[in-house]
Amino acid sequence: MTTVSAVSSTAVAPARVRSASLGTSRKRPDGGPKVKGEFAFSSDLWAEGALWGKVLRSPHPAARITGIDTSRARNLPGVKAVLVADDVPGNPFFGLEMKDQPVFASDVARYMGEAVAAVAADHPEVARKAAELIEVTYEPIDPLVDPERALDPVTPPMHPMGNTVRHISVRHGDAVASGDVVVEGTYEVGMQDQAFMGPESGLAIPDEDGGVDLFISTQWLHVDRDQVADCLALPPDKVRLHLAGVGGAFGAREDVSLQVHICLLALRTGRPVKMVFSREESFLGHVHRHPARMSYRHEADRDGRIVKIEAKILLDGGAYASSSTAVLANAACFAGGPYLVPNAVIDADVVRTNNPPCGAMRGFGAVQVCHAYEAQMDKLAAALGMDPVELRLRNALQPGDELLTGQALTGAAPVAEVIRRCAEAPLPPGGPADEPGSMTLPGGAGRTADPTRVRRGIGFAVGFKNLMYSEGFDDYSTARCRIEHGIVTVFSAAAEVGQGLVTLVEQIAEDVFGTDKIIVAPADTGVGSAGSTSASRQTWMSGGAVDAACRKARDSLLDLAARRHGTVAAVLEVREGRVVSFDGEIDETIEEATGGAAIEETVEFRHAPTFPLDERGQGDAHVSFAFAAHRAVVDVDLDLGLVKVVEVTTAQDVGRVLNPVQVVGQIEGGIAQGVGLAVMEEILVDQGLVRNASFTDYLIPTALDMPLVQIAALVEEPEPGAPFGAKGVGEPPTISSTAAVAAAVRAASGLALTRVPIRPEHIALAAPRQGEAGS
Amino acid sequence: MTTAGRADQPDQPDQPDQPDQPDQADQPDQCSYTLSVNGQEHELRGAWMGESLLYVLRNRLGLPGAKNACEQGECGSCSVLVDGELVCSCLVLAATAGGREIVTVEGLGAGERFTDVQVAFTETGAVQCGFCTPGLIVTVHDLLERNPRPSELEIREAISGNLCRCTGYGRILEAVETVRDARLAAASRAAPVAAGATRQEGAG
Ligand code: FES
Ligand code: FES
Repeated sequence: MTTVSAVSSTAVAPARVRSASLGTSRKRPDGGPKVKGEFAFSSDLWAEGALWGKVLRSPHPAARITGIDTSRARNLPGVKAVLVADDVPGNPFFGLEMKDQPVFASDVARYMGEAVAAVAADHPEVARKAAELIEVTYEPIDPLVDPERALDPVTPPMHPMGNTVRHISVRHGDAVASGDVVVEGTYEVGMQDQAFMGPESGLAIPDEDGGVDLFISTQWLHVDRDQVADCLALPPDKVRLHLAGVGGAFGAREDVSLQVHICLLALRTGRPVKMVFSREESFLGHVHRHPARMSYRHEADRDGRIVKIEAKILLDGGAYASSSTAVLANAACFAGGPYLVPNAVIDADVVRTNNPPCGAMRGFGAVQVCHAYEAQMDKLAAALGMDPVELRLRNALQPGDELLTGQALTGAAPVAEVIRRCAEAPLPPGGPADEPGSMTLPGGAGRTADPTRVRRGIGFAVGFKNLMYSEGFDDYSTARCRIEHGIVTVFSAAAEVGQGLVTLVEQIAEDVFGTDKIIVAPADTGVGSAGSTSASRQTWMSGGAVDAACRKARDSLLDLAARRHGTVAAVLEVREGRVVSFDGEIDETIEEATGGAAIEETVEFRHAPTFPLDERGQGDAHVSFAFAAHRAVVDVDLDLGLVKVVEVTTAQDVGRVLNPVQVVGQIEGGIAQGVGLAVMEEILVDQGLVRNASFTDYLIPTALDMPLVQIAALVEEPEPGAPFGAKGVGEPPTISSTAAVAAAVRAASGLALTRVPIRPEHIALAAPRQGEAGS
Repeated sequence: MTTAGRADQPDQPDQPDQPDQPDQADQPDQCSYTLSVNGQEHELRGAWMGESLLYVLRNRLGLPGAKNACEQGECGSCSVLVDGELVCSCLVLAATAGGREIVTVEGLGAGERFTDVQVAFTETGAVQCGFCTPGLIVTVHDLLERNPRPSELEIREAISGNLCRCTGYGRILEAVETVRDARLAAASRAAPVAAGATRQEGAG
């Protein structure tokens, strides 16, 4: 009784309210093992006889490789394999959107940290030494590090596929429309790192059938599987991926990092191979958030209504494409912000350079442009002499409005409401601490601040982005529900990365069967693809797939029971884990109801189709959007340039809350990353060389840096077409929180501050503004 | 097949066929020592002297609870107690920890039992990916031992050496405050005369 069926989300009734479990703060099923230190992360795995793998990386951002001598490494006792490009049996290239990245650099290295060789040895220290003994002859070349230069057609290509990865022009409405008030600005965003805590790691175990089992922390098992199989020249079913405990992801685990290398080593040695990145390797070995340069021109009428936006957006994609084309599409599509923009002229490019490769990070292209368009909105408000919140309300998108891509906004869009609810929330009482040496002043434990030189500022920002994959991508999730021996088991390959999908899956299945005796099987490639744990999509996609599979299995169960009892399924229901008839005549356990048979239903769940952008950047490219507003309160030490983020208040469009505690966790965690980008986090790259690949030098917010988060409202307007009416909640918190903090620092300092992260020197070394000197 | 850590073979050196001789040409020092972890003695023989306590716990003793987010002393994920002192086990050479009492997250809450801190973490939503969690659990136990009534600011300071990338710390603070308040309430019930202090708000 196994069937596979397809379900589209348009067939799902919105916001069915029928939950015992959904809507409650059910505890995570993995919480117990995690607090006891028993949860097996990918770096905790071990197999008998396992070797340790290590990758040798290029120290140069650009160099020709004229020779690789592995003999000394091979001769080191304890070394079992040393592999270079020639040892890759299949496709020598991999990549998410374009296969443009070599498994091992062989003739040229294009970024600092690019893999050149890999070693397996019986001790991690031996592996490290062996990697050092590999003699690579590099001829360094001048790195291409300026994205503007990469865009210039006279610049020689640094990659056979060229420097420009993608260009998007958006031409919407009347290109020569003009307004009464014009503001212009140029903005920059630095390179942020996802900085998840659990380093890249995995365990590959070769199988006698010539295949390999890979236990790995990733965001999408199947897309890894397909890339690994292609590079190994194995059929996909010989490469079996199993999700190992994932220590955070935030986009950085969308790309292949060590997957191919570790499988190659395992197949070559015939032994299990374990690899764990050091933190330095982690910084060098995964993609980052794209740095951006953006010039904007907003024109508005005297009432503050936006007439036209012109923008040029340039993203530095680094050496390889990763997901750059999709990041760029987001940057272009959301370049205007959650406002009605009748006319738009936008040119967006993403280029290859010899900087570290960039790809997915929470917010995915929407973060960069939000920094720019929200700064512009504040400028516009100042030029009009209008309250910034009022200006945003006046332009807020409403259902039915047209986006600048020509797409009509059909779903829930409570933009004005999130703005209003966030703006109305009470402000923290008082101002900066006035006693010298207070830990709550900027500088904190350093106690450096002179309270008379500390200023408070308030900033406001609104942002939005798409949920799910866009531009016609065949985006689906598979789930299977099996009922056997009275036990309901749910199978999904969706990656739990910390966000709490495992909790939701239980909640969903529990609501279908009315019992908490549900087993959620470990995620692996034994079931069809669930798509990526990104784009805020798993609640909708895998939540929808699990719901559909469970309901289908429940219906089959009722059919089976009805046949056994010579009645019709319509008189039966599943209640509290039992099959019962409305008249009470039938009341039996699920096991009795199946009569020894097994039921298995597999469902592929798809969202409504999307379409590519045309050559004018127009098209129904996205399925759904989520909105959030943020208000930040900061204290700024004008002398030392230090910033204390005091509070961030938010209101977010969530569709429907399925697990309140988990929603709060996503919001607080997302805001932490937004605050980090605003005032501290940046990978410093100097002529292609990464200067701060450690937590000593790349700072992320600690408990002392993190402001109080005030959630003014979770706006629950059910999303049509979304299972349960729920929108993904993971990304909106990171989008406008950065812009709100930057706006608050501008308000406190009176400085233009067009670049994030804002560093102390941007404040302390800026020319004093009028009237501020000596105050 | 795969297990977390090496609980099955706690005392074996890493490789039977190449017992810990990383480099013949430049032979690193080896040594033998005894580690006392969670009240249990472990003999280490012929181990490379350069191994950190974190490495030995995770890879030789089958105790993967302490985590390896940086191995540079910056993140606190590897926090353990050595003679009652909170340390980053990645910064301690295992060979220097002989004769000391080491307590890891596995040593808190015997067997199936959860400590109050562990329960609070699961109930408040303080755990997401959980990679920072074991280190935080050890740190919070240490904090509340030393200071039974920490203010919010003192809690923030005490856990500021433990990086968490998922939670933004909000639910973690709530978990710690919950345990603090519950312990104080229990103590004041036990000794009503000393009651007076209940909840301290953030100082400074
Ligand atoms: S692993 Fe020890 S402090 Fe990070
Ligand atoms: S829960 Fe993921 S790092 Fe803290």
